[in-house]
Amino acid sequence: MSAQPCAIVGIGQTKHKKRRDDVSLPGLVREAAQRALDDAEMTWTDIDAIVLGKAPDPFEGVMMPELSMADALGAAGKPILRVHTAGSVGGSTAIVASNLIRTGRHERVLTVAYEKQAEGNAQWGLAGGRSGGMGAGGIFAPWMRSFMTRTGSPAHIGPMVAVKDRRNAAKNPYAHLQMPNLTLEEVLDSPMLWEPIHWHESCPSSDGACAMVLTTETIAAGAARPPAWVLATAMRSELGMFPGRDPVRPLAGVECAHAVFDAAGITNPIEQIDVSEIYVPFSWYEPMWLEGHDLVGPGEAWKLIESGDTNIGGKFPVNPSGGVLSSNPIGASGMLRFAEAALQVRGMAGEHQVDGATVAFGQAYGGAAQYFAMWVVGATLDAVDRKK
Amino acid sequence: MSAQDIAIVGYAQSPSWERAELTEVQFLFPVIADAIAMANIDRRAIGFTCAGSCDYLSGQTFAFVSNLEAVGAWPPISESHVEMDGAWAMFEAWIALQHGDIDIALAFGSGKSSPGDPAQIYPLQMDPYTLTPLGADPTSLAALQARALLDSGRITEREMAEVAARNRHDAIGNPYAQVSGEVDVGALLATPYVTAPMREHDLPPFSDGACAVIMATAEKAREICENPVWIRGIDHRIEIHQPGMRDLRESPSTATAGRGAGVGDGPVDIAELSVAYTHQEKILKEALGLGDGVKINPSGGPLTANPMMATGLSRIAEAARAIQRGDAKRAVAHATSGQPLQQNLVCVLEGDS
Repeated sequence: MSAQPCAIVGIGQTKHKKRRDDVSLPGLVREAAQRALDDAEMTWTDIDAIVLGKAPDPFEGVMMPELSMADALGAAGKPILRVHTAGSVGGSTAIVASNLIRTGRHERVLTVAYEKQAEGNAQWGLAGGRSGGMGAGGIFAPWMRSFMTRTGSPAHIGPMVAVKDRRNAAKNPYAHLQMPNLTLEEVLDSPMLWEPIHWHESCPSSDGACAMVLTTETIAAGAARPPAWVLATAMRSELGMFPGRDPVRPLAGVECAHAVFDAAGITNPIEQIDVSEIYVPFSWYEPMWLEGHDLVGPGEAWKLIESGDTNIGGKFPVNPSGGVLSSNPIGASGMLRFAEAALQVRGMAGEHQVDGATVAFGQAYGGAAQYFAMWVVGATLDAVDRKK
Repeated sequence: MSAQDIAIVGYAQSPSWERAELTEVQFLFPVIADAIAMANIDRRAIGFTCAGSCDYLSGQTFAFVSNLEAVGAWPPISESHVEMDGAWAMFEAWIALQHGDIDIALAFGSGKSSPGDPAQIYPLQMDPYTLTPLGADPTSLAALQARALLDSGRITEREMAEVAARNRHDAIGNPYAQVSGEVDVGALLATPYVTAPMREHDLPPFSDGACAVIMATAEKAREICENPVWIRGIDHRIEIHQPGMRDLRESPSTATAGRGAGVGDGPVDIAELSVAYTHQEKILKEALGLGDGVKINPSGGPLTANPMMATGLSRIAEAARAIQRGDAKRAVAHATSGQPLQQNLVCVLEGDS
């Protein structure tokens, strides 16, 4: 059986903020879900099934929150799945939801991801509680340093990414950090957190949610606004720690990218992809994933960035939304990448729209850079072919 | 579109331990290896893997990550994880097989609940604003449900004790059971309440353990397995969370999932149901429309072996085993999540006939 087309006809997100004290956990999730339903011109009763994703439950202190959120999500009487694949979860959640459409199991699926970091202490959780202290940045920093050494990337490349993403975020009303005037000097002058990561090169802690409505080709034909089409998806996982592993260029990331590009019919990613939303919680992960997903060759990523080609209007725009560096509701961050990619090919990204985007790449990673989720979306089902 | 035929070609369970000496990943290793051996496949033939577990049982974030070690995720694999019982991991893997681009999938569930206190941990599953602060633990919520059922005259405390006695009798000889033996119903009824109207025998053990199931597409299953067990239907539903908004004497989500899975489309010989509290057998039997001729939980069920996050998937493995052993032609397996019976999954299995 070949997969049936899956269309994204509704996208919603919250304004991402340090604290959303004005809403409960279900209230936060519902805000994004209602916006996605409004975009799709559907109501709660139209939805056949729900797929919910978030990062570890101890971040908010609610175990299996799909249970207590069932009422707020209009899930009573319906199937609901709860996905958890570390930082990649938002992406994995969207993929699981798309599979429910592509296999013909359901016709209208609501997928939601969130994190309300202010409810707890995610840094405590990430750092291993009382025993730890490294945090995610502490784990990733030596790998970034290793990447710099291997590729000869100049030290200002990471700070350049931070400036670009923060300035992009100023064009995205939902983004948490709004720093339209951030300069390279300010990034370099900010405190060093984990060498080589400065304060301004690290993601914030955010409260936020993202939601999408996925549906069939038939139903999408009647959609009020242009749909985005899921052209391919892929997930890959590998062990987090063993001597044969290269954490700077994880094999799971390489294989996942090749799998998703092959499935989408992409033969020359840098030419055939118009815009990418990539999980970059620390600045150096932009060049690391550009090379780690074979979008450019070894040692080439920093040149692409330095020349401004990953800016909006550049040859290969990355994270026009501002990315994870500007908003990080952890469980939702992956889905935001996937949703922003879809917004781009729908032509609905507003001020941070990349002109004429018809093929977009969404990526999320998690754990010790060991979980990967990716999708390619198009303005049409033959969007990739039209590039050839 | 009708679903493609998928079969179970391998499965394995760990014993249910009151307190496992091994870590979760350690006791998962042989379970996954045994399921792969039973399916008679190379580990690399698995096209998709889905895990089910719960960070809160281990008391640490990203607890599930180390379980990847037991799968042997190198070179990298296509894999996902649900923060749910392994039965839902099996559902996700079953969906992945529907694509047709892979032909073998692995699902597993695992949990090491012994380091924590269920009465402290499980209230965190409830609404964090109104119910968690009340300490709404599984035993108390099950007791409210049992009370409602007793008050309506649909069950007696003796019938509840009879479920416990029958399960313990049936668990004799089940190597995966934690509790078994011959017990006298009268003696059980003479014991004090733990939380009225629940006595100790009405409550499940909270076990450490794991279960793994390997599925294959029809063509592949016939190639590698002499007696595959066919998944004829699988469906799952949730219902309202607030217990006060539900009629706890019914399980409408089980009934809907049962219809979706096609329980009523043929005669049922046995049913492996997630009856963690004795009175729930009555509720689930009625929701699924199972008559008195259906043998319930011949393995002994969750009242004798309750490996958290694997109890539901174990029902599926036990039902598959009963079919392969020739004890049943058509079986129903049921998994549950949330309190009490908030979310339910139903799976219909058949042997080759």
